[in-house]
Amino acid sequence: MQPIVTNALTKKFGDFTATNAITFEVKQGEIFGFLGANGAGKTTAMRMLCGLLRPTSGEARVAGYDVYTQADKVKRNIGYMSQRFSLYEDLKVKENIRFYGGIYGLGNEAIREKTRQLLQKLEMEAEADLLVSALPLGWKQKLAFSVAILHDPSIVFLDEPTGGVDPITRRQFWDLIYEAASRGVTVFVTTHYMDEAEYCDRVSIMVDGRIQALDTPRQLKAQFGADSMDDVFLKLARGK
Amino acid sequence: MPAPIIVQDIHKKFGTVQALQNISFTVNEGELFGLIGPDGAGKSTLFRILTTLLLADKGQASVTGLDVVKDYKAIRRVVGYMPGRFSLYQDLTVAENLHFFATIFNTTVEANYELIEEIYVQIEPFKKRPAGKLSGGMKQKLALCCALVHKPAVLFLDEPTTGVDPVSRKEFWEMLQRLRKKGIAILVSTPYMDEAMLCDRVALIQNGELLNINPPQAIIRQFSKPLWAVRAKEMYRLIQDLRAFEDTDSCYAFGEHLHLTLKHGRERVDQLQAYLQPKQHEQFSMEPIEAGIEDCFMELMKSHR
Repeated sequence: MQPIVTNALTKKFGDFTATNAITFEVKQGEIFGFLGANGAGKTTAMRMLCGLLRPTSGEARVAGYDVYTQADKVKRNIGYMSQRFSLYEDLKVKENIRFYGGIYGLGNEAIREKTRQLLQKLEMEAEADLLVSALPLGWKQKLAFSVAILHDPSIVFLDEPTGGVDPITRRQFWDLIYEAASRGVTVFVTTHYMDEAEYCDRVSIMVDGRIQALDTPRQLKAQFGADSMDDVFLKLARGK
Repeated sequence: MPAPIIVQDIHKKFGTVQALQNISFTVNEGELFGLIGPDGAGKSTLFRILTTLLLADKGQASVTGLDVVKDYKAIRRVVGYMPGRFSLYQDLTVAENLHFFATIFNTTVEANYELIEEIYVQIEPFKKRPAGKLSGGMKQKLALCCALVHKPAVLFLDEPTTGVDPVSRKEFWEMLQRLRKKGIAILVSTPYMDEAMLCDRVALIQNGELLNINPPQAIIRQFSKPLWAVRAKEMYRLIQDLRAFEDTDSCYAFGEHLHLTLKHGRERVDQLQAYLQPKQHEQFSMEPIEAGIEDCFMELMKSHR
């Protein structure tokens, strides 16, 4: 079973088609880059895949569940993190972990054990009682990612996880992504940094609601006669 | 005439957090000056001080020769400011927002249309759409139009391209290049290192301090260590192997390559190759390369931690 399978997945708002019949699959343990210009339909597609928005037509199964009839199961079995909203700034580090553990239905014993493991892995034992607002941005991002996969989902959705982050922290964040993928977690990630597109196993590029290209970064560069993913993106998104 | 922006020894503290310290620089007429640094570095605080929205604890600053404390009212009339957060009226249309900002400055859209024309034509097809319903790139173009509608002498743009896709970012910077040619001094901040290369001069900022002020090419020339671009089929395994090598100084992913520096420079490249050989990386390559602005910034960040 593939973690994400869609067939002609479509969302219309009135007479505007935001996501137009997209069909693709994501494999287990893959880092899948989901790219597109602002307004190309990425967010709409992602919200449908997360069970947050009902499609107009087409099919999608995420983590084995149907997004129409089993949206609750989809939400329970995925992780989600965005740059804008992830942790509660006015809760302590360990309170955030406890909160998300509860949301994802972990029992008290499991939350205690997960909290210990997570703090140890991030080397944040000393910061457990600090408010999240007091943490440097890089630590927040790492904590947010770890919290998003606290319940061991088979797939995690990352919506521009590195926007505005400094170059060193950005790379440390990708180390976490690689590490999760090497353990078999499927990673679905959006970014506006084209160097990060190169770190993905495969990349799709959306233009005006459709997936216009989908392949490995190397194949895409060959296909478009481009030196970098930045060039590929410019050619596709500007060539309309 | 004094330079459009002069900043002398500005300090600002919020509670116990030193947001800015020892900030001094000058932006010249027609100069595109970039403030490059991550979230939380102090960029927005500096913008707010220069646009007279916040008082510094210490130091002086002037904009078009006017003092940011004494002459705050006059400064507000001659600068254009795009704050980091989208600050137009979401429920007004594109055309209404533009008209509103022109009226506030006692002028009309028509009076200075020549300045905004090139940008405005790109959003004109959506002029009846509420600003809140525009895509990220369109919003930023409208905000730039609104900041320009009173023909400011100085433009302050606080992260105008954050969250904006690569195509819109490129278009936005092409517009800035054209505005600069019209003699407008521009102070622009960004977390994108590639945009630094498009500025006349850049100041790298980290934890409230300026690390370096120079033309981007000069910053790159200062990078003194030999640098290699390395790649192999399994990049994650390669990065782990390289970081475990005793002479590795830094190893970071850069697009399809890893950028590597060694503690002893070129001296121990042979040892590195001997170390990697039994690990049998497929499609391995290692080439010396020139540093880019991002390599330089990361090096500066490391040495200031």
